[in-house]
Amino acid sequence: MPFNCHNDYKMKFSLEEEYPDLSQHNNHMAKALTKEIYEKLRSKSTPSGFTLDDIIQTGVDNPGHPFIMTVGCVAGDEESYEVFKDLLDPVISDRHGGYKPTDKHNTDLNWENLKGGDDLDPNYVQSSRVRTGRSLKGYTLPPHNSRGERRAVEKLSIEAMTSLDGEFKGKYYPLKDMTEKEQDQLIADHFLFDKPVSPLLLASGMARDWPDARGIYHNDNKTFLVWVNEEDHLRVISMQKGGNMKEVFKRFCVGLQKIEDVFKKHNHGFMWNEHLGFILTCPSNLGTGLRGGVHVKLPKLSTHPKFEEILTRLRLQKRGTGGVDTASVGGVFDISNADRLGSSEVQQVQLVVDGVKLMIEMEKKLEKGESIDDMIPAQK
Amino acid sequence: MPFGNTHNQLKMKYSAEAEYPDLTKHNNHMAKALTPAMYQRLRSKQTPSGFTLDDVIQTGVDNPGHPFIMTVGCVAGDEETYEVFKELLDPVIEDRHGGYKPTDKHKTDLNPANLKGGDDLDPKYVLSSRVRTGRSIRGFCLPPHCSRGERRAIEKLSVEALSALTGDLKGKYYALKNMTEAEQQQLIDDHFLFDKPVSPLLLASGMARDWPDARGIWHNDNKTFLVWVNEEDHLRVISMQKGGNMKEVFTRFCTGLTKIEELFKTKGHEFMWNEHLGYILTCPSNLGTGLRGGVHVKLPNLSKHSKFEEVLKRLRLQKRGTGGVDTAAVGGVFDISNADRLGFSEVELVQVVVDGVRLLVEMEKRLEKKQSIDDLIPAQK
Repeated sequence: MPFNCHNDYKMKFSLEEEYPDLSQHNNHMAKALTKEIYEKLRSKSTPSGFTLDDIIQTGVDNPGHPFIMTVGCVAGDEESYEVFKDLLDPVISDRHGGYKPTDKHNTDLNWENLKGGDDLDPNYVQSSRVRTGRSLKGYTLPPHNSRGERRAVEKLSIEAMTSLDGEFKGKYYPLKDMTEKEQDQLIADHFLFDKPVSPLLLASGMARDWPDARGIYHNDNKTFLVWVNEEDHLRVISMQKGGNMKEVFKRFCVGLQKIEDVFKKHNHGFMWNEHLGFILTCPSNLGTGLRGGVHVKLPKLSTHPKFEEILTRLRLQKRGTGGVDTASVGGVFDISNADRLGSSEVQQVQLVVDGVKLMIEMEKKLEKGESIDDMIPAQK
Repeated sequence: MPFGNTHNQLKMKYSAEAEYPDLTKHNNHMAKALTPAMYQRLRSKQTPSGFTLDDVIQTGVDNPGHPFIMTVGCVAGDEETYEVFKELLDPVIEDRHGGYKPTDKHKTDLNPANLKGGDDLDPKYVLSSRVRTGRSIRGFCLPPHCSRGERRAIEKLSVEALSALTGDLKGKYYALKNMTEAEQQQLIDDHFLFDKPVSPLLLASGMARDWPDARGIWHNDNKTFLVWVNEEDHLRVISMQKGGNMKEVFTRFCTGLTKIEELFKTKGHEFMWNEHLGYILTCPSNLGTGLRGGVHVKLPNLSKHSKFEEVLKRLRLQKRGTGGVDTAAVGGVFDISNADRLGFSEVELVQVVVDGVRLLVEMEKRLEKKQSIDDLIPAQK
């Protein structure tokens, strides 16, 4: 955060004096940080001036939840993941299923590589959605960026999005200039994002200067949506009613490619490397940054004793339809991929497509009073 | 520059216009005072500890303000902030503190003997009396900016100083992070416990970082003298008791503060103070004395009188509900305190409260007897 005390000034205090009290804490940062690591990293900063205390502030301020493991650290720029790798590598490994510092991440945004996925039963699958985030190279990230940088990101993003045509043609709505009518419509469409209230996000500094340079773009069809300068530079969402995940994923990949081309022209392509894939603010979103999922009716399967186990084996997770931490209503669940890093976009969406197809078959069996024991999958 | 502040330098590659905040919807002292030209001149500067213009104004940018309540919208990160960024802070101070000029001198008077009367406010009306102020310890950064090491050093020094107090000031320190449930409940019952701030005005300044590390409450055994450590300021010092003996409250306040200051001095530390701004605190609104002295007083009749607001204004007093700033009065009981902080001494401000409340109680008694108070309306003090 820009208002953290200049790092050199703090160096006159000893390690013991500056080391955070993490005795009440339960998050990935608190698990990974040690006095040795703190001592080694405390004098460092990235070229833009992001420091160790900036990385960990949100995790210090938010001890966490006994049941939900939060990340507790953020990046302020692309270099954070390099300069502070002694802390972030173990966090990444713990969060992303043992991903090693030497592992390579595979990026595959070729929608044609997805097998099937165009025919999930709409009697069960109410809607399909894929989202990811992108960061623009050469700018610092939301916890750290200045107004000038944030506005530059917005300006470039508007240029990229207004260059879109065909099914992607649409309009940008800056948060600070929105009319009441536009606001109501965006709320009704469930598109509008507001200033974050979560202390996890606020403590990182990402909400500074709200709502300056924040906005929403969506196409006329309301199937392709981009958030600008929320938790990441860009959040890109493709969605539609029904079970045609293939179409959703195609639009996702094509749209992403189109806007990337514009950013590249300005020498601000997406932050990416072959180890971590796409670089985003939160370490939990590295790799693909992709969450692909459906809202699906599973009233019987969800009450089956093996439901959780099946999800784990399929590498899927469930949420209520209100989003993270909400309960499901009427047996309708949000089912999405659990992984982000170490598998490609195509692989993750394939897991969702195959897994949801299987779960619907199970649901149908249970409707007929039949057993699903022979359908329980092996661990993927 | 004594230290290369990398982040501030990075921002310099964007023009002043590209970085200038959008203050079109804003109503706070900072937004009133800041101009693009001023921003241009100050944006490359920083204090020796690295506090920058954007650090000073962040809370005011993030919190546009209220149409009726004029918030300050800027904070200091260290003592030098008021010097390095005087071009912005002087007009803020002038606007907030009734025209106080950059050349004005502030008088400090913590001699309770100079207070005339104040020991006999009618306890049938005056339920309780209280005086509070803040203090900053020179050589450390302020809460928006300080590191954990600094905050802990402040706590350590403060605990040492406070534990040396004797007599009716003798007491105990309760660190927020080590409190037992029983201690916590007792402090809540006594209305002493402060919690992590929820106000976005405070949170945006960065003062709640690392909560509850190095935060705590000290109070004497009699529960009439209380010190908050590392909340919005390094120290907040409060003297209070039931009834209307403001003189006794103020005497304890001055004695306690003076003793604490001596104890800090024996350790080589003093309070931040200068002859222009008086005591230096995080928020420009608390400069000068940082003193709010007041009473909880029953004024059910007077508070409904059409001239109530005008009377308060002329007496240089302000009203609040008994729940604190922005609460409503309950049962006709008001919190009445001095409106000024800077440009008047502590004795002068408490005198204003004592004399003013005495008059308000007189007026209340008149109105009870259905008599007029027209001849009692004071001139502007």
